[in-house]
Amino acid sequence: MTKNREVIFGLYDDETDLMDAIKVANKDHLDIYDVYTPFPVHGLDPLLGLEESRLHIAGFIYGAIGTLTAFLGMTWIFTQDWPIIFGGKPYWSVPAFIPITFELTVLFSAIGMVVTFYTVCGLGPGVQNPILHDRITDDKFCIAFDTHSVSSINAESFLKATGATEISNKII
Amino acid sequence: MSATVSPLREPLVQGNKSYHDITEDLISPTERAPGKEWLAIFGISAVLAGFMVFCILWTIWHGIGTWDLNRTIGWGWDITNFVWWIGIGHAGTLISAILLLFRQKWRTGVNRAAEAMTIFAVMCAGLYPLIHMGRIWLAIFIFPYPNTRGSLWPNFNSPLLWDVFAISTYFTVSILFWYTGLVPDFATMRDRATGIRKRIYSFLCFGWTGSAKHWQRWEALSLVLAGLATPLVLSVHTIVSFDFATSVIPGWHTTIFPPYFVAGAVFSGFAMVQTLMLITRRLLSLQNYITIGHIESMNKVILVTGTVVGVAYLTELFIAWYSGYIYEQFAFFNRAVGPYYWSYFGMMFCNVVSPQLFWSRRLRRNIWVTFFMSIFINIGMWFERFVIIATTLARDYLPSSWSYYVPTWVEIGIFVGSLGFFGVLYLLFTRVAPVVAVAEIKSILKSSGDQYLAPNTKHHDEVMDDYQEAVTQGKVYDTHHAHLESH
Repeated sequence: MTKNREVIFGLYDDETDLMDAIKVANKDHLDIYDVYTPFPVHGLDPLLGLEESRLHIAGFIYGAIGTLTAFLGMTWIFTQDWPIIFGGKPYWSVPAFIPITFELTVLFSAIGMVVTFYTVCGLGPGVQNPILHDRITDDKFCIAFDTHSVSSINAESFLKATGATEISNKII
Repeated sequence: MSATVSPLREPLVQGNKSYHDITEDLISPTERAPGKEWLAIFGISAVLAGFMVFCILWTIWHGIGTWDLNRTIGWGWDITNFVWWIGIGHAGTLISAILLLFRQKWRTGVNRAAEAMTIFAVMCAGLYPLIHMGRIWLAIFIFPYPNTRGSLWPNFNSPLLWDVFAISTYFTVSILFWYTGLVPDFATMRDRATGIRKRIYSFLCFGWTGSAKHWQRWEALSLVLAGLATPLVLSVHTIVSFDFATSVIPGWHTTIFPPYFVAGAVFSGFAMVQTLMLITRRLLSLQNYITIGHIESMNKVILVTGTVVGVAYLTELFIAWYSGYIYEQFAFFNRAVGPYYWSYFGMMFCNVVSPQLFWSRRLRRNIWVTFFMSIFINIGMWFERFVIIATTLARDYLPSSWSYYVPTWVEIGIFVGSLGFFGVLYLLFTRVAPVVAVAEIKSILKSSGDQYLAPNTKHHDEVMDDYQEAVTQGKVYDTHHAHLESH
């Protein structure tokens, strides 16, 4: 289904070289396909124009679902389905429901966010994504261009000019 | 570069490491055949774990009668061990979540191993309530699920059920947090590996590429998970303490229990982290990543939490006296000078007196002192739970039912075996995953690597030496002034 995409990419030795190169690319209006780094480089998101992640909003919604599930579930069970008196307390003893309500809030939120994270990133058990270079997860910082939006010649001269130590291309 | 860093910060990564060196140092231990020391410790642990399985099967086959519990003392070593292991399981999330929120960079050296320790400790802890049920095959009854018995539901008002939810949530969230942190490192391992190893790590790393957007989401996820795990870790031992605090047993029915248990849990957890890290850094030669500075930071946490625990012990004694309630007074009198006085003494000595040595900077930075102290605290915190549980029950309201409890070989076997089980899991972990978070260490290299801090590092030690000297001579020492002068 996915059409073959040819990317041309350059590897940089240091994150400061990478950031400088991205600034140049932004000035020259070169459309970067993606940037790959071995660790989270701070300050990269505004340069690449990445919007803030909305995962925390998803986390809040999942948490709220957990809160309601736990609280309404216990309420229904102890007032409608099978009311039992424990130690002379009311059927609907709200303070005693708080610990489980809290735990399920956290549980739903955590599981929901983690599943959402892997889904939106297209990651998961057994997923095989194309790997541009083996050193990207080690110590190299990579800028990749899609040859459909940036011509190979432009990309290559840009990568050379900004100090990429290795330039290559790959069909992904 | 170094100008932006506080002159009093010690480097967290030593040995003039490059990014590639970090990858090599942290991942190569998993690519080599295990050493003799590893094999020896693994062998012993495996034998102990096997003995635990035998003792558990013995218990299930013959029943709880194989333990020395009786009508008076219904909770003995089993629940003591449960609380002890759960407490140990608190340091991992504390390090990875609370220290992340506080932006403590030293956490990156120890968080991975501490989180693994948490997961394994919770697994050990979970065994005890299950075995203690007696008919373990009915353990599923503790979960609320529609069933053919009514549906008959568990009692949501019971702290024992809150425990089920707290611990299973804690276990799940810890695993999610830990694994999400591991994914980028598994990708690093995949890209170094060949053959079957490459296929295994390709599967485990979920297809991680290192894309900027993925890293951004990964950091957002870590931060929110840390925010969730912080109240969670505090809630777990709070709820464990409710098992006792909501009862009407003198000595248990106290409102101080939640904070007191949480502080004790962090205290014992850090002690176990120290025990493990000191062994791990030696076995895997990680001295450049788990530095004396890391050890000192953890010792500071131990000193603080140990002192909090000490204050809690004294507060308990004071309130027992001040309450004017004779049963409460007797419970505490009995703990200190009753038939189990030795465990009370052990608890006080190991948990309150001995950590005070850590007021000395020299002792906080001494590896052998730290190692023995960590063992002491592990023992002391076990005694604490034993004091709370068994000695309190041994002398109840009716003198005619007073009793004494000595564990049988089966109970001892399950406990000692659980140490082996824990060891097996931890040692296997050191073989399949990097014990220090590779990507996270790389992300702090520029701000905490010694080559970027070198002039200031020297200065730090000088300042501290000058400071010590000034203190011994009874002078006032102005660190800030000294700093300006030396430039």
